[in-house]
Amino acid sequence: MNILVCISKAPDTTSKIAFTDGNTKFDTNNVQYIVNPYDEWYALVRALELKEANGGSVTIITVGAAEDESIMRKALAIGADKAVRINTEALDGLQVAKEIANYAKANAYDIVFTGKETINYNGSQVGGMVAELMDAPFLSLASKLDMNGNTATAELDVKGGKQVVETSTPFVVSCAKGMAEQRIPNMRGIMQARTKPLEVVEPSTSGTQASVASYDLPPAKADVKLLDPENMDELVRLLHEEAKVI
Amino acid sequence: MAVVVYIDTDKGVNKAAQEAVTYAKKIADKVGGDVIACTSGSADGLAGLGDFGASKVITANTENSDPQQITRFVSTVANDNGAKVIVFSQDPIGKAVAPRVAARMDAGHAPGAIDVPNTDGGFTVKTNTFSGKAFSNISITSDVKVISLLPNSLPPASLGGTASVEAFSGDLGSAGIKVLETKGQGGALSLPEAELVVSAGRGLKGPENWGIVEELANELGAATACSRPVADIGWRPHHEHVGQTGVAIRPNLYIAAGISGAIQHLAGVNGSKTIVVINTDAEAPFFKAADYGVVGDAFEVLPKLTEAVKKFNANN
Ligand SMILES: Cc1cc2nc3c(=O)[nH]c(=O)nc-3n(C[C@H](O)[C@H](O)[C@H](O)COP(=O)(O)OP(=O)(O)OC[C@H]3O[C@@H](n4cnc5c(N)ncnc54)[C@H](O)[C@@H]3O)c2cc1C
Ligand SMILES: Nc1ncnc2c1ncn2[C@@H]1O[C@H](COP(=O)(O)O)[C@@H](O)[C@H]1O
Repeated sequence: MNILVCISKAPDTTSKIAFTDGNTKFDTNNVQYIVNPYDEWYALVRALELKEANGGSVTIITVGAAEDESIMRKALAIGADKAVRINTEALDGLQVAKEIANYAKANAYDIVFTGKETINYNGSQVGGMVAELMDAPFLSLASKLDMNGNTATAELDVKGGKQVVETSTPFVVSCAKGMAEQRIPNMRGIMQARTKPLEVVEPSTSGTQASVASYDLPPAKADVKLLDPENMDELVRLLHEEAKVI
Repeated sequence: MAVVVYIDTDKGVNKAAQEAVTYAKKIADKVGGDVIACTSGSADGLAGLGDFGASKVITANTENSDPQQITRFVSTVANDNGAKVIVFSQDPIGKAVAPRVAARMDAGHAPGAIDVPNTDGGFTVKTNTFSGKAFSNISITSDVKVISLLPNSLPPASLGGTASVEAFSGDLGSAGIKVLETKGQGGALSLPEAELVVSAGRGLKGPENWGIVEELANELGAATACSRPVADIGWRPHHEHVGQTGVAIRPNLYIAAGISGAIQHLAGVNGSKTIVVINTDAEAPFFKAADYGVVGDAFEVLPKLTEAVKKFNANN
C-alpha cells in the first residue's frame, strides 16, 4: 500500500499572532514552526500504522519553500520513508491541491492523507480539492480508518454524530482527533531522518484564484466586569439587558 | 446570473440553512441575480426559504448526501444558471463538498466567512483564521467564487415571500462512499450551531460533578462543551472538546467554569459574542478574555446561577 501524507507547517500554538507591512504579512518574528498538529498526530501516525500492518511505503509531501524542510525532517523522524517538497509558496489552497493532486496522480498512490485543517488557515479545503482533482472519494473528518485489502472502513464526524462508511482505493482522507495517538520521535528516528531521501520537485502549476489581501486582529476586549459570586441575579440581568444574549 | 447556495436540510430547514440563504441573498443584492437554493432530499418547509430570499429551491436525491453527487448537483445548477457565487455553510457537509466544487469549477474559495463580501473594486471576503485569533481578508479573483459561511455569523433575515420548489433533472453520477451506519451522539444540541454554550474544565475535579454544568445548560437551553484535558482523560465525550485542536465555536454566550483560559482553548472560543468566566483564581488568564467574571468556586456559583436563570425564565 503506497501512502502519501500531506504535511504542512504551522506556527506553534502559543505563537503571538501579529502582522506587519500594513497588516498584509504574518509577523514571523519569534515564531516557532511546528508540523500542523492534525497532520503529525493523526494523519502521519495512522499512515505509518497502516504501512506497518500491510506493508508498502509512506511518502510525505509539502508544498512550500526550502525553510519548510525542518518540519519535513521531523515527519521523517517520526517514521515516514521519504519526503517530497514542491518548491513553491502557494497563495491559496487550490494551488496547493493542484500540486499535490498532480504528484499523487503521477505516482499512483492508494491513499492520500491530510489533516482536518491547518491551524493557521483553518481552510479544511486542501483534502477535498485534491480528491476532486483526482476524481476520487474524500473521507472528510475521519476519526477512524481501517483497511481490508483495497476496501476502507471509516468513521466520519457528521452533524450530531458519526457515520460509518465504506469506500475503496484510491481515496483521500482528512484526519480528525481519535484517528491515532501522537508518536514522539526517538533518537534513532531523528538520526535516520537526516539521511532519508528528500526530493525537491518544481511546481507544475502557476497562478492562483484567491489570496489573502490583508489581515485584521479582533478588536481589543474591554476590561472584564467582575460580579459578586453571591449575586447571580445581577449576572443574569446583565446578560439579558446589557449583553442581550438571553 | 444567480447566487447558488447549498443547504443541509437532513434535519429540516434549520437556522444554519436560513443563515446561508440570508447570506446568499445579501450577496445577490450586491452582485445581481436570484438566489437558488440546492438541497438533498425533500424536507418540509422548503418553499419557506423564500422568506429568506431564495426564489427557487432545487432538490436532488443524492444517496446519503454523497459529497461527489452533491458536487455534480451543485456544479450543474451553478453552470446552468451562470452563477458567479456559490455559498455553503461551513458544517461537515460543507467541508466535504465546498472544496470539491471549488476545484471542479477552478474557483477561488473563502473558507470560514464571517461577513458579506466587500465588492468595491474586487471581491474580498472576511474569514476566520489562526484558529479565531485573527481574520483574513481573502481576495478572490476567479470568475466563479465559492464561499463557506461559518455558522452563527449573521442572523437570518425574514423578507416575506415563498420559493418555488423543483426536482433536479441532471445526472448525479454514482456515489463514491457507501454509508453503513449513522450513530447519533444523543439528543444534544450540535455545538457549532448552539447560540448558548456552558463549558467546564479540569476545575470541576471529576466527571461525577458535571450535573451542575448540565443543569445550568438545561435551564438556558444551551449546549455543553469542555476543555481538551477533560475530553482526553475521558470525563466528557470528544465531540465536546473546544479549542484550537477541537471544535471552534462562536456562540452568543459562552460560560466557562473551571477553565484556566490557555491560549489554545481561547483560540476556539474567542469568537463568542459574550464570555462569562467562573474561576477560583482571580489571576486565571481567562478573565482577560472575558466580558463578565465571577471569582468564585464553580461548585457554589453554578447552582446559584442556575437558580437565577430559573427565576429569570419564570418571569420572562
Ligand atoms: C498543541 C496544543 C493544542 C491544544 N489544544 C487545546 C484545545 O483545543 N482546547 C483546550 O481546551 N486546550 C488545548 N490545549 C491544552 C491547553 O494548553 C490547556 O492545557 C488546557 O486548556 C487546560 O484545561 P483546563 O483549563 O480545563 O485545566 P487547567 O489549566 O488545569 O485549569 C483549571 C482551572 O480551574 C480553576 N479551578 C480549580 N478549581 C475550581 C473551582 N472549584 N471552581 C472554579 N474554578 C476552579 C483553576 O483555577 C484553573 O484555572 C492544547 C495544548 C497544546 C500544547
Ligand atoms: N502547503 C501544504 N503542503 C502540504 N500539505 C498541505 C499544505 N497546506 C495544507 N495541506 C494539507 O491539507 C490539510 C488541510 O489544510 P487547510 O485546507 O489549509 O485547512 C492540512 O492538514 C494538510 O494535511
